Order: sequence, then C-alpha cells, then structure tokens
Amino acid sequence: MRKTLRSRRAIPYLLMAPGLLWLLLFFVVPNLQMLLFSLSEGTLRTGFTTPPQVWDWQNFTGGIDQFSNNFRNSIVYGGLATILCFLIGYPLAYSIAFKGGRWKSLLLFMVIAPFFTSFLIRTISWKIILGNDGPLLALVRDVLHVVPANFSILGTPLAVVGGLTYQFLPFMVLPLYISIDKVDRRLIEAAQDLYAGPWRRGGAIVGGIAGALLLIALQLGLGYTSATGEDATITGILVGMVIGAVVGGVIGGYLVSQSFIRVTFPLSLPGVFAASILTFIPAIGDYVNAQLLGSPTTQMVGNVIQGRFLAQNDYPIAAALAFILMAGILLSIALYARLLGTDELTGGTA
Amino acid sequence: MTAASRLGRLRGMPRDERSNRLAAFLDRWLLKVLTAATIVYLMLPVLVMIIFSFNKPEGKFNFVWAEFSIDAWLNPLNRPGLADALATSILVAAIATVIATILGTLIALALVRYSFRGKNGTNLFIFIPMATPEIVLGASLLSIFVATATQEPFKSIIPPGIFFPLGLNTIIIAHVMFNISYVVVTVKARIQGFDRNLEEAAMDLGANEWVTFWKVTFPLIRPGIIAAALLAFSLSIDDFIITNFTSGLVNTFPVWVWGTIRNNLPPQVHVIGTAIFLIAVGAVAFGTWFQSRSGKAAPIRVR
Repeated sequence: MRKTLRSRRAIPYLLMAPGLLWLLLFFVVPNLQMLLFSLSEGTLRTGFTTPPQVWDWQNFTGGIDQFSNNFRNSIVYGGLATILCFLIGYPLAYSIAFKGGRWKSLLLFMVIAPFFTSFLIRTISWKIILGNDGPLLALVRDVLHVVPANFSILGTPLAVVGGLTYQFLPFMVLPLYISIDKVDRRLIEAAQDLYAGPWRRGGAIVGGIAGALLLIALQLGLGYTSATGEDATITGILVGMVIGAVVGGVIGGYLVSQSFIRVTFPLSLPGVFAASILTFIPAIGDYVNAQLLGSPTTQMVGNVIQGRFLAQNDYPIAAALAFILMAGILLSIALYARLLGTDELTGGTA
Repeated sequence: MTAASRLGRLRGMPRDERSNRLAAFLDRWLLKVLTAATIVYLMLPVLVMIIFSFNKPEGKFNFVWAEFSIDAWLNPLNRPGLADALATSILVAAIATVIATILGTLIALALVRYSFRGKNGTNLFIFIPMATPEIVLGASLLSIFVATATQEPFKSIIPPGIFFPLGLNTIIIAHVMFNISYVVVTVKARIQGFDRNLEEAAMDLGANEWVTFWKVTFPLIRPGIIAAALLAFSLSIDDFIITNFTSGLVNTFPVWVWGTIRNNLPPQVHVIGTAIFLIAVGAVAFGTWFQSRSGKAAPIRVR
C-alpha cells in the first residue's frame, strides 16, 4: 500500500519531466551560456575567452554607455506604446466583457485574428499605409491639408510607436478582458442602488488633464518638440494640449461613470498591471518595427542585439545587452509577483 | 432610428434640451463607436495585405498601389527559394506542434490534476519563457548552439552536426521550446472545469488507469488539446525573431521575407500571407463549429 502511494506521488513529476527538461536545456541553459558570453572577451572569429579566465564587466557598463540612445529609445517607445495600448485597449476590453452579449466570441476572435497573419507582413502593411505615397498621408496631407507638404511619417519615431502599439494591442486587450470579465456585476448594481450615476464633471476634468498630459508626453517622446532645445515651440505644445484635453474631456465625461471609477476600475487594476507588463516586455525587445518603419536614429536595443549577434558576431556585448533586458524583465515580474501574486499573470494556480 | 438622423434632429431645439439629447446620444453611442473603430484598426493591416496581393507594382517593391491584377495569385510560388521556404515553414510547424503539444499537455495534466510540492514554482517557471522577449530567447539559443561548437565542455561531449551548424534541427528545437508554455496555459484553461467524478465512476466500473485515461479523460480534454495545437502551429508558422537567430542558412517563410525585403518585395508575399490567414481563420471557424456541434452534450465546462 505504501509503495503504491509513493509511486502515485511521483506521477506528476514523471508527467512533467520531459517538458520541463526541454525548457531546462533550451531555455535555462542557453540563458546561462549567454550570461557567460556577456562576461567574455573576443568574437566568433578570434574565439572567446570566458570566465574564469576573464570577468569582463566592461561589456555591461560599456554597453549601457555606448548604446544609451538605443536603451532610451526602447524605454520611451515601449512605454508610449504601452500607454497607448492601454488607452485603446481598455475601452475595447470593457466593451467586450460588459456589452459584448452574443457578439462576445466574435469580437474576441477579431482581437486575435491579426495573429493569423505573419508579424512581418502586418508591419509591411503599416509601411504601405504610412508611406509617403500611402493612403493616410494622401488623406491628411493632400485632401485635408492638416500637415505640411513635406511631412512624412515613415522613418520617424511616430511610425515606430504606431507599429509597436498595433502589434502588441492584443497582448493588452486579452489579459484586460479576462480581469474585467471577472468583476462581480452585483457590486456595480449595488453601487448604482446607492446613487452612483454618471461622473460628468469629474470625468471631464480627469480626462481632460490626462489627455493634455498624454499629448505633451507624445510630443516630447516622439521628438516633435523638445523640452529644452531651441525648437521648443510653445504654440505647438499648447495646440496639442488643447486637442488632448478636449478629446480626453469628452471621453472621460461621457464614458466614465461613478460606479466604474469606484468599483469596476479598482477591481480590474491587477489585470491592468499584468497586461501592461505583458505589453511592455515584447515592445521594448522588438526590433522589426524600428527596422522597417524607423530610421537609423530610431533604432532600439533589439536592433543592436540582433546586429551584433547576426552581422558582426560580436557576442559579448550583444549578450550583455540581451541580459540587461532579461534582468529588467525578471525584476519587474518578481516585483509584480511580490505585490500582487502570480495568479493574474500565469492564468490561475489550479 | 439611425445615428445620423438622431444627430440631425438635434438642430433647432432649445439649448437645454439639445445638450440633454447630445448627452444621451454620446452615452449611447460613444463606447460602441470606439469599439468599432478599434476593431477596424486591428483588421486594417490584414485588409491591406489582402488588397495588395492583387496589386501589380510598378517597381520591385509592392508598397504603392498601381493596378489590379491576379498574376501573383496565379503564380504564388514563382520566386526563387519561396517554395522551399514555405515547405520548411510547414514542416517545422508540424513537427514542433506535435512535440510541443505532447510535452505541454503532460505538464498541464500534472498541474491541474495533482497537488504536489513546487506547483506554484512550476507555474511561474512555465510563464517566464512567455514573458521573455523573443530576441532574448533567440539570442540565448544562438549562444548555446554556437557554444556547442566552440566552447568546452560542450565541444567534447556533444557530437558536431546536432546543434551546429544551425539548420532544421535548431529551428525545431527553438519552436518546441517557445510553444510548450502556450500549450500548457491553453490546455490548463480548458481542463480546469474537469469533472473528476467521471474518472472515478470509470474506475468503480472496473477500468484501470490506462483505459480510464483513453476512454474518459482524453476525449474530454481533446478540445483543449486541439485548441493548443492550433495555437502552437500558428505561432510556429509565423515566428520570425527566434527563427532568424536559429535558422543559419535555412529559410522559413518569414525569414525569406526578411531577406528579400532589402532588394524587392513581390506581391507573392502578400498572396502567401493571405492564404495562410484564410486557412487559419477557416480552421478556427471549422473547429468552433465542430465543437459546438459535438460539444453540446459534453459535461466539460469550457471557460
């Protein structure tokens, strides 16, 4: 009897062994090897001198120093794309969860449908749409005349952030949907019974301020104006602020109700953080959007890593840069798990 | 009443009533309009891809609309290397899907049906590869594959040819690796509502564990396994970043596109992309229809 009990206890471990072994050999070990390379000297051609002969921390400090622009681009573009994904994705996720009705499955399917097209081809589509001879500029430049004749989008940070926002929007919407869908509707009814109504004035003020701040962040982050330089045009910033404030105010005033701001939104916050992490991580690591939609000045860390690994065979620096990315990500996941638990990220502990 | 006529009737009303009407109008339509706009935004690049598969570009690059043509659809593989790349993509996706689905399903079964020490840790460990940027996965795999040819102790233990030079083997290894976690999560979600009483009933009626698994458990979790396999296949056939690091001189379809885009972009790329999209959507639609037809009586709760 005791023997069968013990052998039963081994069953889950036996079931998991082959898959976990695969992840150990081809996920954990490779990352350790990459860490080893990041402390080494040499290139593929000359051969590598690895620890314990050398401990070349220079790859880390020098790497951050040399490629600080690329790190800044990654963080700024990835951050802006995550914020935009949240602003676009939250209403969509909310709408599917609360108002989806019989269209729920179809709407969810349409959120993931872009994944059935190759990532590269979707980016190529944006190159077509945003191009100098493309449909978007034909509309806003040639028909509406809202931008000057020499205005272009391709090759600017705007195109890169736009591409990142598009590519990773489903990464934001799906976790948000799951967490909003779990909100207990009875709590909202209770709030409404207790006279929670529309939140016109508060929503308009909060939305207006948020919209103005977002437009300033976009203008600064996308380099249309700089905070200190001579090209800081006050009128440009002001016009952007006003547009942002008006749009934000209308949306805040008419979409946001008191029960939403007091019940639904706080309950969905863990999902918001999880979704933001899941969007920000792939966004800062991406290099395809910066390559196809950007220019040499918009290159992100990913571009440097892939160039050093695949073109220049300079493994140590590239490994160090990749490891810095990995470390940042592990840190943010650990922080999240510490504060909010792992359920929301890993899809339940059952 | 349509939205436009509602808005039209707002003119010529007393100011107070007008603003009330406007508020009611926005309350009713703003979220719907935003939702529809977002869905259109999500589908726009797909639509552009389909439209441009019918283009006859003037130069080498299919970036600007010139004239309607079905030439590319009539000769979808008429580019050097394209047919090989597509065949490699399908082969890799098929093999990686089978291996990853088996390994991942076993892990999911263990995680849902047994309680054991280290379960939370395993859940987190399964999650981390999904949260790691693809470029890090690709770079680390390239590191280990190169190390097996250049670094001790790997160099003397591992015979050359398995991991280096890079090729079909290494692409498949990489694809299985990043697919396992997705399979685990998908299968796990589907079998969480699993009714354990059914298995116990089978055992009470004299079936041993093996028979119980194949006669009761497997048919019940099959929809989850099929969903996971479909996901794995589509992730695999679309993957570019990790494949680019692990493919060496072998081309998959996305890697071939990446290589060709420096010199030209034929509309055939859009044709193949459209075909893959339509086949994938068709497969999902068929799967959904099939499940809803056969799944009505199934006691499994799909969530």
